[in-house]
Amino acid sequence: MTHDNTHHGKVIDDATGTAKVGHEWDGIEELDTPLPRWWLWTFYASIVFALVYVVLYPAIPMLHSASKGVLGWSSRGVLAEEVAHEKAEHQGVRDAIAAIPIEALASDPKLQRAAIEGGRAAFKVNCVQCHGAGAAGAKGYPNLNDDDWLWGGDLATIQQTLVNGIRYPGNDATRSSLMPSFGKDGILTAAQVQDVVSHVRVLSKQDPANGSSRRGAQIFADNCAVCHGANGEGNRSVGAPKLSDKIWLYGGDRASLVNTVTNAHAGVMPAWTGRLDPVTIKMLAVYVHSLGGGEATPAPAAPAAAAPAAGAAQ
Amino acid sequence: MDSVLPRTGLWLGALLFAVIATALAADIGFAVHMMICALAALIGLIVTVRGWDPAAAIRPVDLGRYDDDLIRLGVIATVFWGMAGFLAGLYIALELAFPQLNLGLQWINFGRLRPLHTSAVIFAFGGNALIATSFYVVQRTCRTRLALPGLAKFVFWGYQLFIVLAATGYLMGITQGKEYAEPEWYVDLWLTVVWVAYLAVFVGTLLKRSEPHIYVANWFYLSFILTVAMLHLVNNVNVPVSFFGSRSYPLFGGVQGALVQWWYGHNAVGFFLTAGFLAMMYYFVPKQAERPVYSYRLSIIHFWALIFLYIWAGPHHLHYTALPDWAQTLGMVFSVMLWMPSWGGMINGLMTLNGAWDKIRTDPILRMMVLALAFYGMSTFEGPMMSIKSVNSLSHYTDWTIGHVHSGALGWNGMITFSCLYYLAPRLWGRTRLYSLRMVNWHFWLATLGIVFYTASMWVAGITQGLMWREYGPDGYLVNSFADTVAALHPMYALRVLGGLLYLSGAAVMATNITRTILGHYRNEAPMHSAAFDPARDVPLAPVTAI
Repeated sequence: MTHDNTHHGKVIDDATGTAKVGHEWDGIEELDTPLPRWWLWTFYASIVFALVYVVLYPAIPMLHSASKGVLGWSSRGVLAEEVAHEKAEHQGVRDAIAAIPIEALASDPKLQRAAIEGGRAAFKVNCVQCHGAGAAGAKGYPNLNDDDWLWGGDLATIQQTLVNGIRYPGNDATRSSLMPSFGKDGILTAAQVQDVVSHVRVLSKQDPANGSSRRGAQIFADNCAVCHGANGEGNRSVGAPKLSDKIWLYGGDRASLVNTVTNAHAGVMPAWTGRLDPVTIKMLAVYVHSLGGGEATPAPAAPAAAAPAAGAAQ
Repeated sequence: MDSVLPRTGLWLGALLFAVIATALAADIGFAVHMMICALAALIGLIVTVRGWDPAAAIRPVDLGRYDDDLIRLGVIATVFWGMAGFLAGLYIALELAFPQLNLGLQWINFGRLRPLHTSAVIFAFGGNALIATSFYVVQRTCRTRLALPGLAKFVFWGYQLFIVLAATGYLMGITQGKEYAEPEWYVDLWLTVVWVAYLAVFVGTLLKRSEPHIYVANWFYLSFILTVAMLHLVNNVNVPVSFFGSRSYPLFGGVQGALVQWWYGHNAVGFFLTAGFLAMMYYFVPKQAERPVYSYRLSIIHFWALIFLYIWAGPHHLHYTALPDWAQTLGMVFSVMLWMPSWGGMINGLMTLNGAWDKIRTDPILRMMVLALAFYGMSTFEGPMMSIKSVNSLSHYTDWTIGHVHSGALGWNGMITFSCLYYLAPRLWGRTRLYSLRMVNWHFWLATLGIVFYTASMWVAGITQGLMWREYGPDGYLVNSFADTVAALHPMYALRVLGGLLYLSGAAVMATNITRTILGHYRNEAPMHSAAFDPARDVPLAPVTAI
């Protein structure tokens, strides 16, 4: 305990030389220190700041609206301004991308690069949820970095897929096909499913041929070859995956294949038309095409009637 | 004192009601909750009939001159819930860094454990600390025993039931989906009853005080109890789907609902975690420092400024949302004006050490209090800064907010609570000192290091996140996808786990120290300084003339 002096009737605290207030609770006393000046002036300054801010910006609520503030600032106004500014900034490039046929973009490397960057940004917002941040896909969602395409990998085909989607309800031009649920619907018996899976694993060079796969070869020819091709080479006109390579959308191990043949899969991608503007879709197509597996545009000399078949034959 | 018969009847009635409610329950969660209530009533019934006194088991020889039974229970509950809450926090930090730890189980996924963590640390750990210290402080500074001691008992045990119902509810997926106000309507009603009882005990004790004036700590406690009651009532105006079901819908919807929620949420910080803990500071810091409070005038001005300004600051949680611009403006300017009133508490706490600064070197409990005040000052500067809209546009929705909250919660609320527990334990159990003052030192450094790792990693994570989200390339396109920002944060999330682990380790050291103190053990160690205690003076005054 410090020794206290009395001064003009007030008890002075020795250590600080400050008068005490005179109350005491359970041994606790209080000093009569004045408010620290810096504290008080900073408090006043923050109040002045608040008052000025309230005059400058929307602040005072009234019956039907609030004060607008001297600066006329509003968050909606700022957003509209920024959006308009960005739009104006990009308008030239967007117009140019809209005007040029997608196949011709490569002839203008600067514009092509702008389209790729625009597509990359749109991809990060709209596509990564399924195809992954690096576009490497996941089970059920195709990898877009490789050259294995379900529906075709040239610019116009990718754009077409993006515009109309895959098996997307409500879009008449959507890419459509449906593999039967061979096991579930009783088209094949469980044993037959096993056999045809054995054959598929031979086609993809995962297993050597055996009795089961030899039985499966006939089943494959009768049921699967119509879409997947006699040797499992796939068919882009119906989005039938190639079965003779090591790339699998739903897994190439026996259990996954049995599940696929038994229950079938019918993955869906939304039609992006209506959600995104045509230029953004075009940029997305250019971006996806640029990822590594983009294919050259088929020679225009080929007769139009043969277009789907041309894809299938490759 | 009172007859056993009516109390037995009351417990039987409660038991019957809970059993009927279980039978009529519209969903499993509600049924489980009513079974927990039935179990609580059954325990109450047995304890009453057998005449057991759970507080007696931990009561030291000297029978309390003050009503200290509940405070002893409160100290134990605070340590227990603190450990539970910190452990839950560590686990969810691990889940964020390594999502496999969700284990595919709905009961322990991040979404359910997160409110368990926040409620456990704020309401269970912090709430028990506030109730226990308020009962301790109000008796000492009014020099009188608790008014309505039976009701006080109900407050303590009723509050524990609230905690158990809230926590088990989260695990079962019962939630209103409102941050810090997750418990459903019937748990809210229960808390309302408990809280009104708390108010009655506290005000009753103030009214029967033997001191002419009400000490500043009690103003803060009273503002905390009153305002939390008001916040709780308004933010939980819900209509239950069924009176025997766990689901309800709020009366306020849309942006009005959001504003009410953040008016509540911000003032839960303001009046629960700030005003309430400042009350603890105003008693325990001068006691531990053995010095007079720095400035009586400052305590008056900053008290009224704090409680007047805090209540308007909530809209800063809704910057750049559908909330009208004018409300955002007001939320921001009130937060900026709040800076100095908040700092008033820090100044009054720190400057109380005038004439005793040397004790920081020798007294580990006082050192802990000073650190708590330093973190209080840091987070009450950071808060107003983050409420400024241009800062908020970077910080909002990022881990910076998480870092800010934890510098306040771990640094201020945690450290001031720990130091109060260290102050209380030897005095409540009649020990000459703590089991070990040197272990307080260990706790101090483990916790400090933990906070540094935690807040620093979250600051870096938050600013990284904010900058990556708004990063545009030279041609005006977004550079990062959301998943890119998540991947970038992984190392920071791992560092946060380390910070949490250190903080939890410190708390475990404290749990050991407090337990050994309660058991009456003394560690053989070189002595350190701590505030003197004269049990002879720790007594109520005989009632003087009422003023």
